[in-house]
Amino acid sequence: MRVSCRVNGEQREADGVWPGESLLYLLRERLGLPGAKNACEQGECGSCTVYLDGLPVCACLVAGGQAQGREVVAVEGLTGPDGGLDRVQHAFLQAGAVQCGFCTPGLIVAVHDLLARVSTPTDADIREALAGNLCRCTGYEKIMDAVRSAAAMPPSTAAACPASRPGGPR
Amino acid sequence: MTTPMTETSRGAVTGGVGDSPVRPDGTLKVTGQFAFSSDLSADGMLWGATLRSPYARARIRGIDLTAALALPGVRAVLTAADVPGAGSYGLEVADQPVLAADEVSYQGEPVAVVAADHPETARRAAARIVVDYEPLPPVTDAEAALAAGDIFRHVPVRRGDAHATAEVVVSGVYQVGMQDQAFLGPESGLAMPTVDGGVDLYIATQWLHVDQRQVASCLGLPVDRVRLYLAGVGGAFGAREDLSMQVHACLLALRTGRPVKMVYGREESFFGHVHRHPALMRYEHGADRDGRLVYVKAHIVLDGGAYASSTPAVVANAATLGVGPYEVPNVVMDAYGARTNNPPCGAMRGFGAVQTCFGYESQMDKLAAALGLDPVEIRRRNAMTTGSVMPTGQVVDGPAPVARLLELVRDRPAPLAASGDPREWPGGVANTTHGESVVRGVGYAIGIKNVCFSEGFDDYSTARVRLEMVGGEPVVLVHTAAAEVGQGLVTLQAQIARTELGVERVVVAAADTTVGSAGSSSASRQSYVTGGAVRAACQAVRDGVLARLGARAGPADGLRLAGGMVVTASGVAVADLAEVLGDDPVEETRQWRHRPTHPLDPRTGQGDAHVQYAFAAHRATVDVDVELGLVRVVEIATAQDVGKAINPQAVLGQIHGGTAQGLGLALMEELRVVDGLVRNPSFTDYLIPTILDVPPMTVDVLELADPHAPYGLRGVGEPPTISSTPAVVAAIRAATGLALSRVPVRPEYLTGAV
Ligand code: FES
Ligand code: FES
Repeated sequence: MRVSCRVNGEQREADGVWPGESLLYLLRERLGLPGAKNACEQGECGSCTVYLDGLPVCACLVAGGQAQGREVVAVEGLTGPDGGLDRVQHAFLQAGAVQCGFCTPGLIVAVHDLLARVSTPTDADIREALAGNLCRCTGYEKIMDAVRSAAAMPPSTAAACPASRPGGPR
Repeated sequence: MTTPMTETSRGAVTGGVGDSPVRPDGTLKVTGQFAFSSDLSADGMLWGATLRSPYARARIRGIDLTAALALPGVRAVLTAADVPGAGSYGLEVADQPVLAADEVSYQGEPVAVVAADHPETARRAAARIVVDYEPLPPVTDAEAALAAGDIFRHVPVRRGDAHATAEVVVSGVYQVGMQDQAFLGPESGLAMPTVDGGVDLYIATQWLHVDQRQVASCLGLPVDRVRLYLAGVGGAFGAREDLSMQVHACLLALRTGRPVKMVYGREESFFGHVHRHPALMRYEHGADRDGRLVYVKAHIVLDGGAYASSTPAVVANAATLGVGPYEVPNVVMDAYGARTNNPPCGAMRGFGAVQTCFGYESQMDKLAAALGLDPVEIRRRNAMTTGSVMPTGQVVDGPAPVARLLELVRDRPAPLAASGDPREWPGGVANTTHGESVVRGVGYAIGIKNVCFSEGFDDYSTARVRLEMVGGEPVVLVHTAAAEVGQGLVTLQAQIARTELGVERVVVAAADTTVGSAGSSSASRQSYVTGGAVRAACQAVRDGVLARLGARAGPADGLRLAGGMVVTASGVAVADLAEVLGDDPVEETRQWRHRPTHPLDPRTGQGDAHVQYAFAAHRATVDVDVELGLVRVVEIATAQDVGKAINPQAVLGQIHGGTAQGLGLALMEELRVVDGLVRNPSFTDYLIPTILDVPPMTVDVLELADPHAPYGLRGVGEPPTISSTPAVVAAIRAATGLALSRVPVRPEYLTGAV
C-alpha cells in the first residue's frame, strides 16, 4: 500500500508498504530516516520515540499505515533548518548524557515533550516521565543533569515540531 | 552530584588531556545522524535471517530447504555444508560452529541462514526450513558437568599453608544468576562483496582484527580480502567480543553477490551473544580475634555453557582476584569453567571479578558480624596496599588505596530520609506503600579488577598519526582500529594528540582494518593501550618535526610543540609549524605494548599474571518494603582511583553506568534458564534498571598516578560494576536481617515466600 504523511515538516510518500510494517520500519527503511532507533521493537525501551500528531509514541508499536495523513516528528525534525540544535540536544551534548547514543534520539524526543508540558520539572517528575526510556550506558545521572540544564534554557524556536499537546498521560 | 576532581595542569591547547571536550560524534548522535550498524543500507541490499535451534541439545538428522527456497524473494539459503573455510571459530578455542552440522549444543545455536529482499521474507523463509532433530538430554547442571570432567579450565591458586587454622571461621555458599549485557544497539552489520572476490564488512564490534581473523578463516579467504570497518556501536559491555552475524552476512553476500544486512531483533539478541557466567561459590574465611584474615578457601564453579568463548580467561580472573583486595597469607582457591548445554557465557564487564566479589564481600560482612565489627572496619583491617602480595605471589606495585576508598564512601553524608513524595517509596509510582513496613539499610563493598589482558598475552595497540597543514592550519589525523563503543575513546584519542602535538584541530579517522590491530575494547584497557599507542605515535611525529627543524637550526634538546609552534622548554617560540611542515606532512605509525605479564603456574597459580590492579568502593543505601519484598535504592556513593582522569566527564560516565549495571545484577537482571531453555528473552521479562530504579550517585575520584601507565592512568570501565552488587545486597541484609546468598535478590527472598 501507499502511505502519505508529513514527516519532520515535509510531505512524504512510501509505496509498497506491507500491512505488518511498523511506523519505525517506514521511517528507517522506506523514508531513509534512521534517527529513531530499534533497540527492542516491542515497546519496552523508548529508543524509537517520535511525535505522532504531537503525541510521543513508540514508533515500533504503531503500524506504518496508521501514519496515513498524519504528522510525524522524529529526532531529526527537532534540529532547526539551519542545523541549530534544540536546547534538549544541546544539553545532552554538553552534559555528557550521550555515550553510545542508541537511547539518545528517543530520550531527546521524550524530554522535548516533557519540557513542553512541564517547564520546570522536579527530579521525581523527570524520572517518572523518562521511565519508559532505557539507557544501558550512562546510569541516567548525566541524563538527569541534561534535563535540568535544558529546562533552565529558553525553549528553542527553531524546531520543526508542531505545537505540543497540553498535559495529560501518554 | 559529584565532587570536583583535583585540578589538573592544562597545556596551551584546550581539549587536551584532563579536559572534558564535547565528544566528536556527539552532535551526530543527538541529531539522529550517527550511523549505527543497524542504520546502514546499500543499493540492491538483501536482508539476512538466521534459523536457530529450539533445543538445548539435539542431533540433526536432516535439513530440508525446499519450502524456504520456494518462497518468492528468497535469494539464498545456506547451511553448514556451504561454509567454505573452517567450520568453527572462537576467541580462544575454535570450537563454535558457524552453522551447526550434526548436532546442536545450546538453544539458539544457528543452523541455517537466509537472504531475501525483505526482512520479513527472510524470517518467513527461515521458519519454513524443516530440520529433523532428535532431541538429546542436555547437561544443564554445572557441578554435574564438573563431576563428569566436562571443563574448559581449572585454575588452582595455592599460597601459604593449605592447612592453616583460625579462631573465627565463617563459610557460605553464594550464587550469581546469568546476567546479560543488554546493550541497546542490536547485533547488526552490512556485508558487501568486492570485485576481488573478497568482502567488506561494516560491523559493530569490540575488536575489528580478531573478527577479521575469524571471518577470513571461516570464509576460506586470505585475511587481506576481508576488510572490516567499524560501524556505529550501540553499547558492548563484552557482548561484542565474540562473533555473532559476521560470518553469516559475509557468506550470504558472497553467495548472492549482493550486499547483505543482518539485524537481530531483541529476542534474537539474547541468543546471539554470550552472557555473564552464572556462578556457584563456596567460601570459607578464617580470621583471628581482631578480624585479620588467616586464610581463605574457595571453590568456584562458573557455567561456561556450550562453547569456550573467553571462559578460560574468566576462570583465571575469578581465581586470581577471588579473595578480593585483601591481604590473605594462606589461600586454597580452585576455580572451574564447566561445559554444559546452557547458553555460552563469556565476556561481560567485570569478567570473573564480579561473581567472586559478591562471594568474598558477603563473607567479609559475615565475618564482621561474627566478630561484632563494623563492616568498613573489618575491610580496613585487611585492606591491601602498595607492596601487598596477591595470592598469586604478584606484588601490587602501583597505588592500592583500598582503605582510603572505603573511608571516602563511609564519610559521605547519609542521604536524606524519604521526603513524603509517594514516588520515593519502594514500589514508586505504583503507590504500594506510604511508608509502612519500609526499613532502611546501608551496605558497603569494595572490589578489585585487573586492567588489560593478562597471563603473557601479547597485548598491544597500533596508532598512525599524521601532522600536516590544511588551509594554512596545522591538523592532526589519528587513525587506529580501536572500537569506540560509547565509552568516549574517540574523544580521548583526540585529547592525547592535542596535548602531545600542541595542535587544536584533530581528526580521528574511522576505525578499520587498514591500520594495525588496536586490541579489544574490553578489560578496561583502551585508554591504557591505545592511549599509549597514540601518545607514542604523536611523540614520533614530534621527533620527526624536530628532526626537520634540527637540520636547519641545530640541536633540538628540550623543544616541544605547543600552540601550532615549536617552542623551547620555557615556551619561547622557535619556529612556526607551517614553516617546518610546508606541504610535506609528518606521519608515523607505532605499535605500543604495556609491560609484559606472565603465565600462571598450572599447579600453584603463582605468577605475575596481571598488568595493573584497579579498585572501586561503594556504599549503598536502600529502603525495603519488607511486606512486599520491594527494594528502592536511595543512593549509591562510589569512590574509585583512576590514576589520572584523562577526561573527567567520561570517567564519571563510566562510573555511573558501571554502578547501575551492578545494581541491576543485585536486584533484577537474570536470564532464567530452565532445562537449557531461556525463559525470558525480551525487555518485558529481562529487566534492566530504568531511571526510576537508579538512584542519585555521588562519586569521589582519586588520581593516584601509576608510574607504569601512560599519564599515570588506570582503567576505569569495569571496577564500578564489581562492588555495587554486593553493596546493594549488604544494604538489604542490613535492613532485613536476611542472609541473602543469591543474586539477583527476588522479592520472594524478602517476604519469606522462599
Ligand atoms: S524499539 Fe520501540 S520501544 Fe524499543
Ligand atoms: S548512551 Fe548507550 S544506551 Fe544510552
